[in-house]
Amino acid sequence: MSRAAAPPATPAQKDRSQVRQKEMIARHFDRLAAAPETGARCAYTFVPGNLTELLLSFDVLPVLPEINALQSAMRGKSAEYIAAAEKLGHSEDVCTYVKSDIGMLKSGNVGPTGQRLPNPDLLLLSYTGCFTFMKWFELLREEYRCPVAMLHVPYQAGGRITDAMRTYVVDQLRTVVIPRLEAIAGRAYDENRLKHHLALSAKAEDDLVWVLQSARHVPSPIDAYFGAVYYVGPIFSAFRGTEDAVAYYRELREEVGERMRQGRGPVTLDGEIARERFRVVVEGPPNWTSFRQFWKMLADEGAVAVASTYSKVGGVYDLGFRHDPSRPLETLADYCLGCYTNLSLPARIDLLTRYVADYGADGFLINSVKSCNSFSAGQLHILREVEARSGKPGAFIESDLVDPRYFSAANIKNRLESYFQMLEQKRQGAAS
Amino acid sequence: MTEDPRLTSLLERADTLFRDQALAAVRAWKARTSGLAVGFLPIYAPRELLHAQGVLPVGLMGGRPDLEIIKGDAYYQSYICHLPRSTIELGLNGSYDALDGLVFPAICDVIRNLSGIWQTLFPRLLVHYLDVPQNFDPAIGGAFYRRDLQTLGEALEAKGARPLTDEALRTSIALYNEDRRLVRELYALRRREPWKVPTSELYVVLRAALLLPVEESTPLFAEYLALTSADDSRRPQDQARVLVAGAFCEQPPLGLIKTLERAGCYIVDDDFVQVHRFIRSDIPVDGDPLRRLVEALLTDAVASPTRYIADGVKGADLEGRLAESGAEGVLFCAPSFCDPALLDQPMAVRAAERAGVPWTAFKYAENTGQFQVIREQAGTFADSIKLWSGA
Repeated sequence: MSRAAAPPATPAQKDRSQVRQKEMIARHFDRLAAAPETGARCAYTFVPGNLTELLLSFDVLPVLPEINALQSAMRGKSAEYIAAAEKLGHSEDVCTYVKSDIGMLKSGNVGPTGQRLPNPDLLLLSYTGCFTFMKWFELLREEYRCPVAMLHVPYQAGGRITDAMRTYVVDQLRTVVIPRLEAIAGRAYDENRLKHHLALSAKAEDDLVWVLQSARHVPSPIDAYFGAVYYVGPIFSAFRGTEDAVAYYRELREEVGERMRQGRGPVTLDGEIARERFRVVVEGPPNWTSFRQFWKMLADEGAVAVASTYSKVGGVYDLGFRHDPSRPLETLADYCLGCYTNLSLPARIDLLTRYVADYGADGFLINSVKSCNSFSAGQLHILREVEARSGKPGAFIESDLVDPRYFSAANIKNRLESYFQMLEQKRQGAAS
Repeated sequence: MTEDPRLTSLLERADTLFRDQALAAVRAWKARTSGLAVGFLPIYAPRELLHAQGVLPVGLMGGRPDLEIIKGDAYYQSYICHLPRSTIELGLNGSYDALDGLVFPAICDVIRNLSGIWQTLFPRLLVHYLDVPQNFDPAIGGAFYRRDLQTLGEALEAKGARPLTDEALRTSIALYNEDRRLVRELYALRRREPWKVPTSELYVVLRAALLLPVEESTPLFAEYLALTSADDSRRPQDQARVLVAGAFCEQPPLGLIKTLERAGCYIVDDDFVQVHRFIRSDIPVDGDPLRRLVEALLTDAVASPTRYIADGVKGADLEGRLAESGAEGVLFCAPSFCDPALLDQPMAVRAAERAGVPWTAFKYAENTGQFQVIREQAGTFADSIKLWSGA
């Protein structure tokens, strides 16, 4: 523990927006559970590059296996699911989201609300920013024997979206994705409906960005990593483009604004952080099996994440992108191309360096997860480059997404404590 | 009967090139020609296009087991494969100084992100991420890929290469057609008479060719084919015929391949140094050559785990290879932490089982130094095939 430890957090209270989100999720899973009886169609797809507005325009319900996997971890189920998948021959070396999902499927496909998930009518393979996605849905295709719509989203290797990239994605939307959706939904593509949902998306995105950027305030009213996981939930999953999402983000914005006016810090799962001691930017996904414990390690030090890259995997809205109903397919293409893990490594370095400066951070933390090469390969290089460019020290810890075998609490806590002690000493050195 | 001294000499030359991590052969070529040399990582690069612009394509496949990794390990966590570490080591220790650029094909997230590291470590070099399409419609994926190839051609020209012309590209396609045809013949000979083409030998020849211009690799393949075909000192042994799957990017140490052979296996098909076979048949030389190059990748490339299998049955390609090669077993031999190989493996296993072919699996790294366990595993597997197959 650092010398001047932060006071203990005060007990947590549920905000109105949290209650609303919980109700939204419950309704969505009710609809999914009832799909075999109601005949509702569903598509399994991924968070980065998700095409929720397009699915909604066909009344197709999205299911996000990544989110199911992380929910399984938070419910303490992922270890047994991963073991089940490994027993079936899936390598210990590969992504644990995949293995958790396969294990869950083999165990009855019971989702996070305890209800059985429907089989997919379509696997919408939005191949954005992660090689594993392609293999994941090849594996699921063998299990479910359902059609797949592959949407190959080119990588922004050169740091920008080119016309050729956009055209390639739009052409695939027109010739592959939309016809497959028409086939499963039994109705024609309705561009006006898509535009309606895109307009709702843009409204919610405005409010989300406002919330995320509220962390520029000192003290920050939010935690932009652990807390942001909840904030991005609706927009990264089934609700972008809905009135529900608009209402949720408007409510969230009001609550965060009120916290900011009152000079209050973020609320963790164990209560409010009473005094902000360190402001850090975080790169990489959270560990989900020990999410609460991990967050508490930072909160106990008075450390607040003021910006994160994980909260951008479903869209980097704070750089200005908004879904634009006036160019519906092109805007979907730009969205897919712009997700965080589809950015080049130099672009990621630039973004992190910018966050450190813009959010007045004392340093940055990289949580490198074994499962995700898209994030992790190159993070040690990122560490050195961002340190050199920002002049701020970085910390590097290792864990996994949903495999509890790779979360070493003592080791991580030790590293974090050492890091915050170092920040404190630097601060005192600068003051003397 | 003794081995033809010309074969011994050829293999010595190939071995020298195989061990040439500092690319002395490439430096010599550049000194002779004043041309550009551009490296490419596994699995596939459009070598024809580079050649047509007077550029030497140089195949890079990581480091040999004796390469001491000092700086490279500082870039990667323990759970990431070995190839990018050795690639960075060789870049930072000056081994790749002869290269004017690198092409990073889109095969996995590690190679993808390595392209970004290269951009920041070597800002003066050409770095091209070859975003091979996963949509195989010529009008969509083909159009995108064509534009990517044109961009690569323009970038090479900006570096001082010759402009890309249709005539030069046709000539290059014809040269590489002959190169690939000879490699196909070598693989066919090995399927028929594996004792004539030991894989530990063929592998070294394939690796050697990665450093040579096509004008030199083709005669190398032709001479090797002629000499080994005629070598009657090589006699059949009682070995099990196996297909080795999964080693298409990071390569196993040569010692591992020798170990498999010594353990009683004839390797009758494999994924090693796949660039020589990635396009399966001749590319037509008539019509628009760039279109021909694009279509070859879309329609005639191997069903690599790095490619999306849009139509047909996943694993059908492996079943076909098993039938064609007459393999009696499959060795799933993947690099540790290799996403494409290891995520694909459960589906490949099912394909082998559909074909009724037994299999076993193990992993390696390019710097693996101990083979005893693998020898025992492969030996037991080969013995079981010889004892029980057809029983």
